Amino acid sequence: MVPGTLLQLTGPNGSGKTSLLRIIAGLMAPENGEIRWHGKDIRSLDEEYSRSITYIGHRNGVKEELSSLENLRISSGIAGFDITQNQARQALKRMGLQDREELPARFLSEGQRRRSALARLLTCDTALWLLDEVLASLDHAAAALIETVIGDHLAKGGMAIVATHQELHISAVSFQRLELANGISSDATLLEWSR
Amino acid sequence: MRAPSTFSMFRWIVKRDLMLAWRRRADVLSTLFFFVIVASLFPLGIGPETHLLRSIAPGVVWVAALLASMLSLGRIFANDYQDGTLEQMLLSPQPLYLIVLGKVLAQWLVSELPLVIIAPLVGVQFGLSGETLLVLFISLLIGTPVLSLIGAIGAGLTLGLRGGGVLIALLILPLYIPVLIFGSGAVDASIMGVEVMANIYLLLALLVLGTVFAPWAAAAAVKISLE
Repeated sequence: MVPGTLLQLTGPNGSGKTSLLRIIAGLMAPENGEIRWHGKDIRSLDEEYSRSITYIGHRNGVKEELSSLENLRISSGIAGFDITQNQARQALKRMGLQDREELPARFLSEGQRRRSALARLLTCDTALWLLDEVLASLDHAAAALIETVIGDHLAKGGMAIVATHQELHISAVSFQRLELANGISSDATLLEWSR
Repeated sequence: MRAPSTFSMFRWIVKRDLMLAWRRRADVLSTLFFFVIVASLFPLGIGPETHLLRSIAPGVVWVAALLASMLSLGRIFANDYQDGTLEQMLLSPQPLYLIVLGKVLAQWLVSELPLVIIAPLVGVQFGLSGETLLVLFISLLIGTPVLSLIGAIGAGLTLGLRGGGVLIALLILPLYIPVLIFGSGAVDASIMGVEVMANIYLLLALLVLGTVFAPWAAAAAVKISLE
C-alpha cells in the first residue's frame, strides 16, 4: 500500500474481515506470514507502529459512564494525542453531537455512540486507519460525513483499510478491494506499506 | 495536538479510572462494607473474650482485607474489556506496563485505601492497643498495594472467561499467602511486644518486587487474553 490508498475488505460474515483488521492492528498474531510497516515486521516495532495507526473496532471503546467529551479526551490522550476541551468540542460538533457532549454515553443512541467513537478520527494524526464496519448504525448524513473524513485523510497522504459490505463513496488515489472467502487462506495475504 | 509525555498518558489512565469509580460509587462502597462487616462478625460471634479476640485479630482483619480485595479485582480489566476500551489501551503508543500500573494504582486508591484507613476502627473492636492499631494500619498500607498488583495478574489471565470470579480466587489466593503471613505477623509481633520491623521490611520487599514484576506479568496476561 502507498500513501493515499484505500483498501476495502469485503466478504460474507465470518470470512475473517475483523480478524484480518485485528492482525493488521497488531492485536492478534497471524498464524502465517507477517505484516510489514516500512519494511519491518510490526511485531518487532510495537509502540512505534502504534503511533502510526488508529483502529476503531466493532466495540466502540466508549465508556457508558463518561460523557462523549470525556470519552474523546481520554481516548485521545491514551492514543497519544493530548487535546484540549475546545478541540474535543469541535470534533464532536462536526460529528453532530452538539449539545449532547456532556451527556453520559449510556443515554446516547447506538448511532450517536458510534459517532462519538468515530470523533477520534478527527483528533488523531496517524497515517493508517483501520476501521471495522465503520458505517454500521450510522444514518445517511453521518455515513456521508465519515466518507468525507476518510477522503480528506487519503488526500493528505493517509491510508485506510475499511471492512464493510456497503458501497463506499470515497475518491482515492488508489482504491483496492480485497474479497475474503472462507477465512483467510493459509498462504496468508502479505500486506506491506512503503512511503 | 502535541505529543504527550509518558507521564501525561499515565495521568489520563489514573484520572479516567478514578472518574469511573466515582460514577460507580456503589461498587466501591460495597467492598468497604464487606470488609467492615466480615471483620465485625468475629467479635460479635465470639463474645467479649478480650484475650481470645486480641490473639485472632491480626489474622481475621488481614483475611477480611484479602477477601475484600478479591471482590474488586475483577473490575480492573473486565469492564474495559467488554466495551473495547482495553483494546484501545493496547494500541496506545505507551508501554502496556505503565497502563497496567496506572490501572492498579487507581484500583488501590478507590478500593483498598479506604479499607486501610478504616481498619484501625475495626481493630478497636478486637481490643487492640493504640500502638498495635498503628502497626495494623502500616502493615495494610504496605501490604494492600501488593494484593492489587498480584491481583492484576489474575484479572488479566481470567479476562473474558466464564466464571472468571471463582477462577481468580483460586489463582490468586495462594499467591496472597506471603503477604498475609508477613502482614498479620507484624501485627502479631506488636501484640506480643516484640520487634515488628522485620515483617514490615519483608512487606516492603514484596511491594518493590510486585511493582517491578506484576504489571509486566499482568500486561502479558492481558495481551494473551485479547488475542
